[in-house]
Amino acid sequence: MTGSILFQAIIFLAGAVICVPLAKRLGLSSVLGYLLAGILIGPYILGFVGEEGEDILHFAEFGVVMMLFLIGLEIEPKDFWKMRKTIIGMGGMQVLLTMIVSYLLFTSIGFNWKVSLVLSMTVALSSTAISLQTLKEKGLMDTTYGASSFSILLFQDIIVIPMLAVIPLLSAVQVASEADDHSNAVQGALLDNLPFGQQAAAIMLSVALVILAGRYVFVPMLRLVSKTRLRELLTASALLIVLAIAFLMELVGLSPALGAFLGGVVLANSEFKHELESDLDPFKGLLLGLFFMAVGASINFVVIGEKPLMITSLVLGVILLKAVVLYGVGAFFRLKTDQRLLLTVGLAQIGEFAFVLLSFAFQLKILSDTQLDIMLVVTALTMALAPIIGILNERLVLPRIGTKQSEKRPIDHIAKTHKVILVGFGHFGSTVGRFLRASGIEATILDNDSSRVDLLRKMGFEVYYGDATRSDLLESAGIQEARVLICAIDNPDIAIPLAGMIRKKYPHVKLMMRSKNRYDAYELLNMGIQDVYRESLETSVKLAGDVLAHLGFRKYTIHRQAQNFIKYDEEALRRLAESLKNKEEYIFRVREEIELQEQLLEEDLKRGLIEDDKQWDSELLRLAYLSNES
Amino acid sequence: MQRILILFAHPRFEHSRTNTRLVQQIRGKTGVTFHDLYERYPDFNIDVPYEKRLLEEHDVIIWQHPFYWYSCPPLMKQWIDLVLEFGWAYGSQGNALKNKRCLSVITAGGTLEAYCAEGDNNYSIKEFLRPFEQTARLCGMEYLPPFAVLGTHKVSIQELDDFASQYERLLDFLQEEPTGKKVNNYKFLKNLQKRNSN
Repeated sequence: MTGSILFQAIIFLAGAVICVPLAKRLGLSSVLGYLLAGILIGPYILGFVGEEGEDILHFAEFGVVMMLFLIGLEIEPKDFWKMRKTIIGMGGMQVLLTMIVSYLLFTSIGFNWKVSLVLSMTVALSSTAISLQTLKEKGLMDTTYGASSFSILLFQDIIVIPMLAVIPLLSAVQVASEADDHSNAVQGALLDNLPFGQQAAAIMLSVALVILAGRYVFVPMLRLVSKTRLRELLTASALLIVLAIAFLMELVGLSPALGAFLGGVVLANSEFKHELESDLDPFKGLLLGLFFMAVGASINFVVIGEKPLMITSLVLGVILLKAVVLYGVGAFFRLKTDQRLLLTVGLAQIGEFAFVLLSFAFQLKILSDTQLDIMLVVTALTMALAPIIGILNERLVLPRIGTKQSEKRPIDHIAKTHKVILVGFGHFGSTVGRFLRASGIEATILDNDSSRVDLLRKMGFEVYYGDATRSDLLESAGIQEARVLICAIDNPDIAIPLAGMIRKKYPHVKLMMRSKNRYDAYELLNMGIQDVYRESLETSVKLAGDVLAHLGFRKYTIHRQAQNFIKYDEEALRRLAESLKNKEEYIFRVREEIELQEQLLEEDLKRGLIEDDKQWDSELLRLAYLSNES
Repeated sequence: MQRILILFAHPRFEHSRTNTRLVQQIRGKTGVTFHDLYERYPDFNIDVPYEKRLLEEHDVIIWQHPFYWYSCPPLMKQWIDLVLEFGWAYGSQGNALKNKRCLSVITAGGTLEAYCAEGDNNYSIKEFLRPFEQTARLCGMEYLPPFAVLGTHKVSIQELDDFASQYERLLDFLQEEPTGKKVNNYKFLKNLQKRNSN
């Protein structure tokens, strides 16, 4: 019975559905919840999942591929090019230093040089899945810490290719091509027999192929498919693209994740960016969840039971070693202390590539049975521990070091009686805060960029540093006494849940929300939040007004019409939001966007040409006068 | 009971001692709608349909404002320009305001003595208010004599309290739909009228 696919699916889904909300409730990241679910359903506790956990792990690694594709979608090619120095510099330094130090460590505890080399390669890599998932969940992708993590992880994705190429050289055993069966297959049969130069050429060619296909095959294909207006077909195409890229990369022995990232970057400029994102996002989420659960399930507690001391010291040793190197790299690249600590802790685990490298080295008989088992356990344990250390760091260490979470300073009278909390002090929030300050209202600011926090403190603002979705931080910022909370966060994925949380927990606070566009505004309005400020509305109307002025319209007339247009648009927004209320879900992506746009334009048509102001217009009077005369 | 609409226009209300006191007295009074124009339309973008509806719902219309440069603040003028539409408020079809009553409630720094032929301002309050009077008339409204708090720079707290309660009494009086004769004999209005016309 345990063999049936349905049963398996039920176990994994139930594990996720139970453990992840629980973890979230406790303020932990979803990664930890998944890992916990995996351990629970794994062979050593409930025993629902046995040996097949390994296969699931390989299958679920595809979630990482999708994640990198999605990340690629968010990075425009020119931005990627700008990052090249960080990628090579930070990434190279981290990998090289970690390898040297861990190589010395492993040889010193008695492994032979081949084993030590393989293990040091394994240790040098971090988990893209865990780190990036955590970064995204916390909305830290745009910080220095986020960018540094991402650069290092990307470099690791690249460096894993030569690593996989080197491992066979260490072995006396020739790889039989049938041994090459798992998903991250290495040096596929196609290229095995080619000389090195041709292999390199094939690799270059396939990278070029991905770039060209992105531009000249995928986009036209998506255009064609989107004309059918069948949503599932677009999902199918999105999956097809990612699978095809991954397959091609495997064929030539490149990391599928890297290929997918490249594919994403190529498609970042296309009009299908959002469509692809929304179509693949659930797949990525589920597969990653599955991956984390499989990692949890694969923790071999028997091995731990046999060698508890060795495993513990290895796990702690590896984490410490990686952490020290990362801290050093952070220092060399002049990251601020808190960002450096976040980086140190964020990437201190061994990554999913370890499973590939280790089993590959095992097939080549470089590693023994026990060595493989031990290292697999160590890898899974570092992955499981990393988020916990992350939490400890956030709660216990960060508040004390560098940028403090809060600083005591005397609050003047006005600030006390008009308590306003401003979340996010970026381009939008800073203007809000400055204007408030110019009017004598000092907002309490929450921001998660430490450099900005330091600056603001220097300028005398009351600033709390950290993640505004944490209610303990909100409490210490004084949300209980606050009258207004302004949410000026750029990322709607953080802002909208934050709004929901505040409305539920602190209903007395007046919530004023920045919204990126009308779609976010619909969502907020339908959550019952009335004060929604679309950041593009006023500016676009002003621009249009200036165009009209340039074309010779009188400015005061335009001014009045612009005022009326904004009023009309706000009303239309609320009307449309109401009409969307009863729809089952909000997926405002390409097709829905066009439908909504259509609705909006129809509203405009109903309104007709802007009603001419009758005011200050003597035409009617003149007509009445003339008709009286006659 | 007559429903009273106070159209209040003061661009710097929070700094006006006199108006703060007067408004404090009558705000929230039953049957009286206090409509703070500068608070409602800081952008001068007056909602004309809404204003018309308000006017239709009331019997007595009060223009309350400081007497800046012998006239009203610009938003009040904007209101007059925008709301009193041809064909609605005046003109052969414009009967919406017919037979309603209208008066000005003003505050001014100059004293009563300054507002006469011999005084610094050369003309009386009533004379200065002619445009308002004629505006009301054109709309078919009965324009009552004004209620004016003058010499606001010198007025004492005690006197201010007196003015405030007089203002309230005036509203009470108007709510009872007094006849034209009664209005003309109403003490405060009569006093000012008399003294101004001297």
